[in-house]
Amino acid sequence: MATATISPTPEIIAHEVSRAPRGLMGWLTTTDHKRIGILYLVTSFVFFILGGTEALMIRLQLGTANNTLISPEVYNQLFTMHGTTMVFLFIMPVLAGFANYFLPLMIGARDMAFPRLNALSYWLFLCGGLVLYGSVFWSPPEAGWISTVPLAESTYLPSGGVDAWIYLIHLTGIASLLGAINFFVTVANMRAPGMTWSRLPLFVWSVLATSILLIISIPVIAGAVTMLLLDRHFGTHFFDAAEGGSALLWQNLFWFFGHPEVYILILPSFGIFSEVLPVFARKPIFGYKAIAASTIMISFLGLLVWVHHMFTTPTPLVVIVFAMISSFLISVPTGIKIFNWIGTLWDGAIEFKTPLIFAVGGIALFTIGGISGVFLAMFPVDWQLSDTYFVVAHIHFVLVGGSVFGIFAGVYYWYPKITGRLMSESLGKWSFWLMFWGTLITFMIQHSLGLDGMPRRVYEYPDVGHLQLYNQISTVGSWILGLGVLLTLVNVWRSLKHGAIAGPDPWKANTLEWFTTSPPPVNNFDEIPRVRSLEPMKDIRREVERQSREGAGARRRAPDKVRVGT
Amino acid sequence: MRRPAPTTLRRRRRTTLLALGLTGALGLAITPSALAGSILPQSGGSSAANHISSLYSITLYIAIVIFIFVEGTLLYCLVKFRSRKGREAKQRHGNTRLEITWTLGAAAIVVALATLTFLDLHAIRTPPNSGPGGLNLSNGVQYKTIGSLKPPNGRAITIQVAGRQYVWIYTYLGVSKQPDGLGDPYTTYKMVVPTNTTIILHVVSQDVIHEWWVPQLGGKVQAVPGYMNPTWFKIDKPGTYKGQCSFLCGRGHARMIAEVQAVPPAQYERWLNNLHRGIAKAGELDAACRKELANSQGAGSVELKKNC
Repeated sequence: MATATISPTPEIIAHEVSRAPRGLMGWLTTTDHKRIGILYLVTSFVFFILGGTEALMIRLQLGTANNTLISPEVYNQLFTMHGTTMVFLFIMPVLAGFANYFLPLMIGARDMAFPRLNALSYWLFLCGGLVLYGSVFWSPPEAGWISTVPLAESTYLPSGGVDAWIYLIHLTGIASLLGAINFFVTVANMRAPGMTWSRLPLFVWSVLATSILLIISIPVIAGAVTMLLLDRHFGTHFFDAAEGGSALLWQNLFWFFGHPEVYILILPSFGIFSEVLPVFARKPIFGYKAIAASTIMISFLGLLVWVHHMFTTPTPLVVIVFAMISSFLISVPTGIKIFNWIGTLWDGAIEFKTPLIFAVGGIALFTIGGISGVFLAMFPVDWQLSDTYFVVAHIHFVLVGGSVFGIFAGVYYWYPKITGRLMSESLGKWSFWLMFWGTLITFMIQHSLGLDGMPRRVYEYPDVGHLQLYNQISTVGSWILGLGVLLTLVNVWRSLKHGAIAGPDPWKANTLEWFTTSPPPVNNFDEIPRVRSLEPMKDIRREVERQSREGAGARRRAPDKVRVGT
Repeated sequence: MRRPAPTTLRRRRRTTLLALGLTGALGLAITPSALAGSILPQSGGSSAANHISSLYSITLYIAIVIFIFVEGTLLYCLVKFRSRKGREAKQRHGNTRLEITWTLGAAAIVVALATLTFLDLHAIRTPPNSGPGGLNLSNGVQYKTIGSLKPPNGRAITIQVAGRQYVWIYTYLGVSKQPDGLGDPYTTYKMVVPTNTTIILHVVSQDVIHEWWVPQLGGKVQAVPGYMNPTWFKIDKPGTYKGQCSFLCGRGHARMIAEVQAVPPAQYERWLNNLHRGIAKAGELDAACRKELANSQGAGSVELKKNC
């Protein structure tokens, strides 16, 4: 040919790669999802200690009838801070921490879709926490974690505590919203080759469902707290009945967020149960599709049930009946999950390692919370139980039994991946048994407290009936629970130096995070394996065995260096 | 290791489960009244509370069966399928028929519970007529109920319950003895009502949200500013029933207590007449005071006399 085609040749221009800052600067400027994950985990556990201390002080005050140890003002501040801290500054961010660290690893990605946005999420969350705890130095909020109006209006609580609470909701809300978008985009676009939706790990499914819930519900609470802020400082009357506003509007808006929030707090823990059980039962998860579908079902129904927090308000009966029926319906997918977890254990070869014990104990405790939830969904029964200690017992079986035990299962399960070392099994088991019995003793008796007529959020109670005895049992239980938590914190600290070296895959687990070294390198994987099933690590181990059998004399390669797929 | 025949095992398991279930049911069946306030909601004051308590107890029976079944199976798995030498886990991915079965089972329980609720709803929500021994409300229009809740014959005593930080104010609606109809008698803290008579409460708030709750008389209702939230009770036995505000209303929330005293109708009428006399006397004093004030005007004196 006369004309020669010139094809462009790739040109490599080498810039000097700027070195990643080390030390403190490294942590402050990091966009690595693993480091951000660690920041989330550590920060939220600091808030967990604060929230736990507040809980112990509440129980101390209620230890005897007519106690005058803590003033009503401080008591109201304590339970407001306890609830707000545990929901917004512990459970939500600690699960965001796990998701940050492990979601990209589990789907075989090298980082999140938007690493800098990810860093922004963390720093906004931290700012939210600091704003709330900054208020401790003048006047903390005292209208409960739900900040019900008109009590939270400036007429009744003029101090800045409620404002600090509003800014906490805004800051952590933006953090959660950005995080949710980030997780969603990451899962949608950055899965390893071969990882179809039906091969997505169940923890990732739960984070995905949670992200959707956050994207739907966070804007509503953001709007509601903005209206509250305007009411408090700029002369509007959104919630003021005397000026044509409505206090019920706040309850509707808050619980439209508040109920999905419960699932935001618990679904990722359910995801952890679904990851841990098959690994230690040495079996595939039972009914993968049913569990994934039930996660989506729970999320959808969770958006319809908020009025069950408002059964005693002046709300039309037809709305109340709708809320009861949709709440009942949630118990079906939740029951499916529990049955499938039991199905996973059935015919397994269960190894009683600490992560498994926490997962099973969590399921056992959550079941109690799930059953007591059915009582509360029946609205005539709720007319007796609502706003009493029965509800306190219910939420704590759900959130301690379900969420916190799931989180602790996650800590014991993934600690070796994060640090490269195993945690002490004996200390872990002690911690479990103390926490398990602590939870049972503290919260089981609170059902009876509620039935005996004790409302929640009271700083004192008279010495009638069994109130004092029941409260004393609950207080003793809270110390046992606190001691159990402390042992795990000690375990985490000690194992950093003294834990046995874990290696890449200490549990012989199923998902991709165990394919890389512990801790993983900055880029996570030198080579991203092709996923051929729900349990890629099982395939990889099988492949390794086959290769080592075939090439008996050949040089053996470490499992994480084996070439799998293309 | 020798294992017992599978049938023996199954039988033993069934016996254990049966024994557990029976003990639980027996424990609940023996003394239901003694269990109120620790296992069951409080009741005995008004029929709504009794109906709620029985609805609760039926749910509790179902819940105990589910609890024992779920936790028992979980425990059984942990004991039976623990890792041992030579034990191989069965690589099973699911069982569609089993999964459909338990989904339908869970749905069936839910449908049953919803049906139970609807069966009991009328008795809990709708006030009945006053009993034969109740206050005679047939003559006189002043006892006609106002608002959304009313017994079939429309006759009941209506009391407005107003929550305020941190006190309950009870206004006996429509019983004013004054010609202009103003000046309904009211009390605070303690409400006095006749026995065997249907009482309708109009629960309202004067400031923040409160919640009216006297456990033995039935469920609670929120007092929300701008709304009237009705409820009712009918007490058969004379006595005192205690309760308190159950919705966080501020620092004095724990001290916002309520008391309902049910007395025989005759005694109630005496008490109400006393209240009327007091109001009349206060009116006289008021008139006298106004006169004194008028007289003292212009004289430059701000000292008030005995009536003011």
